[in-house]
Amino acid sequence: MSLIATQRRVRPPRRRARVGRREAVQGWLYASPTAIFVLLLFVFPLLLVLQMSGSDWPLLGGNRGPNVPDNFVQAVDNRFFVDSIVFTLKYTAVATVLLIGLGLGLALLVQESSRWQNLLRVSFLVPSALGLASASLLFYVLYSPIAGPASGLLAGTGFTFLGTPNAALFSTVFLIVWRFAGFYMLLMLVGLQGIPGDLYEAARIDGAGRWQTFRSITIPLLKPTLALTTIMCVTGSLLAFEQFYILTKGGPDNSTITIVQLIYSVAFQGQNDLGVAAALSVMALLALVVINMAQLRAFRTDER
Amino acid sequence: MTTSSQTPRATDAPVEPAARAVADQDHEPEGPRGPRLDRNRGTTLAGVAIRTPYWVFTAGLAVLFIYPLAWTTWASVSPLPGTNQTDGYGFGNYVTLANYQAGIWQYLYNSAFVSITTVVLTLLISFLGGYAFARFSFPGKNALFLVTLAILMVPYATLLIPLYVLLNEVGLQNSLLGVALVLTMFQLPFSTFMMRISFESVPKELDEAAKVDGCSTWAALWRVLLPAVKPGLITVGLFAFLTAWNDFMAPLILINDSQKLTLPLAVSNLRVQVQGVVDYGATEAGVVVLALPCILLFLLLQRHYVAGFMSGAFKG
Repeated sequence: MSLIATQRRVRPPRRRARVGRREAVQGWLYASPTAIFVLLLFVFPLLLVLQMSGSDWPLLGGNRGPNVPDNFVQAVDNRFFVDSIVFTLKYTAVATVLLIGLGLGLALLVQESSRWQNLLRVSFLVPSALGLASASLLFYVLYSPIAGPASGLLAGTGFTFLGTPNAALFSTVFLIVWRFAGFYMLLMLVGLQGIPGDLYEAARIDGAGRWQTFRSITIPLLKPTLALTTIMCVTGSLLAFEQFYILTKGGPDNSTITIVQLIYSVAFQGQNDLGVAAALSVMALLALVVINMAQLRAFRTDER
Repeated sequence: MTTSSQTPRATDAPVEPAARAVADQDHEPEGPRGPRLDRNRGTTLAGVAIRTPYWVFTAGLAVLFIYPLAWTTWASVSPLPGTNQTDGYGFGNYVTLANYQAGIWQYLYNSAFVSITTVVLTLLISFLGGYAFARFSFPGKNALFLVTLAILMVPYATLLIPLYVLLNEVGLQNSLLGVALVLTMFQLPFSTFMMRISFESVPKELDEAAKVDGCSTWAALWRVLLPAVKPGLITVGLFAFLTAWNDFMAPLILINDSQKLTLPLAVSNLRVQVQGVVDYGATEAGVVVLALPCILLFLLLQRHYVAGFMSGAFKG
């Protein structure tokens, strides 16, 4: 090192070029594990799924050559294709509205730092530590007409949590709200903290009411957070799998099949067709990109 | 502070809690856990009266969030027909769980192997990667960073199907290592982002001073920067563990040997153990075993969990 330092005094320009190249090499060396993982486990599979979507590719048979656009035709012709899209969109709408609304509501309830509010925050957040699979198993028992805590009450009424399509949907949404409300509350709290306090002070001096302050200060200034949380929530809900796979198993009467569940069952349950599953996956990916771009654009134009 | 503006309102009728909180909020630029002066509002009789609906309402909410966990824990040791714990309280359900197929120790081992491998790999890769992105300029740096973040945009299932084929190809079918590699990749957007901003928040003078003293970049990284970015590493490790321990879909697709199932998968299979009859008791016991390490870690490392959100890493 000291040798290089003396060289610098002698030949500054060449030294700088060499340092630049050395820095680039070192930078690449430190970034190489990331690059290898991203390349082998992300970029390459992404290309492979494109190839698979255009090939006859049974689960056990492997690649049997291109067959464009058979997989896409078969995917669209699947008898659950339309139903799963409709159900997934319905679920996404319900879950997003509830989670964003409740996340914001909870955040407003606990944004001070009193001991009581800290306690509340922790209790809202504890379910977030659970995995979605564990939470789904927990509610599977909780909702059970045999073992659940409400089983005695339910026995008389004939109602079951997962018995009808709508009950199953809302029971699942309840599970998701329980599991994720604290998570969204935390994101909202971070956003609320970014709003400068003097704005509220000014509003109070101007005689603005609580509702007015909320509408004309909190909501507009929270817009970036609302955009982020909405995009996260929509993405997560569109890709819902565990909660339905474990809790409702797609039932009753195949009424709660989501897109990802359809992909899974085409690939690994019964049909065993990776090509068609890949075609569905590619369509899901494109839809997701389009939906997220549309959301970004909507939130951006809103700001103007 | 808002104390003065609150006092006249003490005689008002109780207001809706949510709206109240908006009006009440105090605007010090502090973290959610920052210190705060007591407003003495709760000490006067009127103060107590006005806060009671708020307390009742929020306590009810807290109970709603805690109840399912508490109930499951209690139910897992209480008697229920059709389980291994039919009369009196005891750990019969845990015995069923322990003896299920390959045995709980095998599944715990599998889950621990996957989780620990994922955590170690994630920490190592994002530690080096974060350093590269924060401190070096090299061609393709921004492109690599953007592609890493793009992992977030791609549905899980879209990647798992080709990964299933790919891992079969290289002899990692049915392998816990394969699952850990895949889970590490899915952790990279968050962890790389998190480590990059952790390194960027360390003053450059620190590692430059080390280099002047004769340290190589490598030595500076381990001796000087490692202690400085430790909080970031704990956050990254915590999130990696929680994700890996709980992940369901990757092992569901990549593992089909009952000896190699991870715990969430094993508990999920356990439900339909005997000819379609669900063993609810053993499922409850399984949920408790699954949830316990997560909740303990969460409570212990809460600050670091919240730090992950505060960092803005979720805005990436």
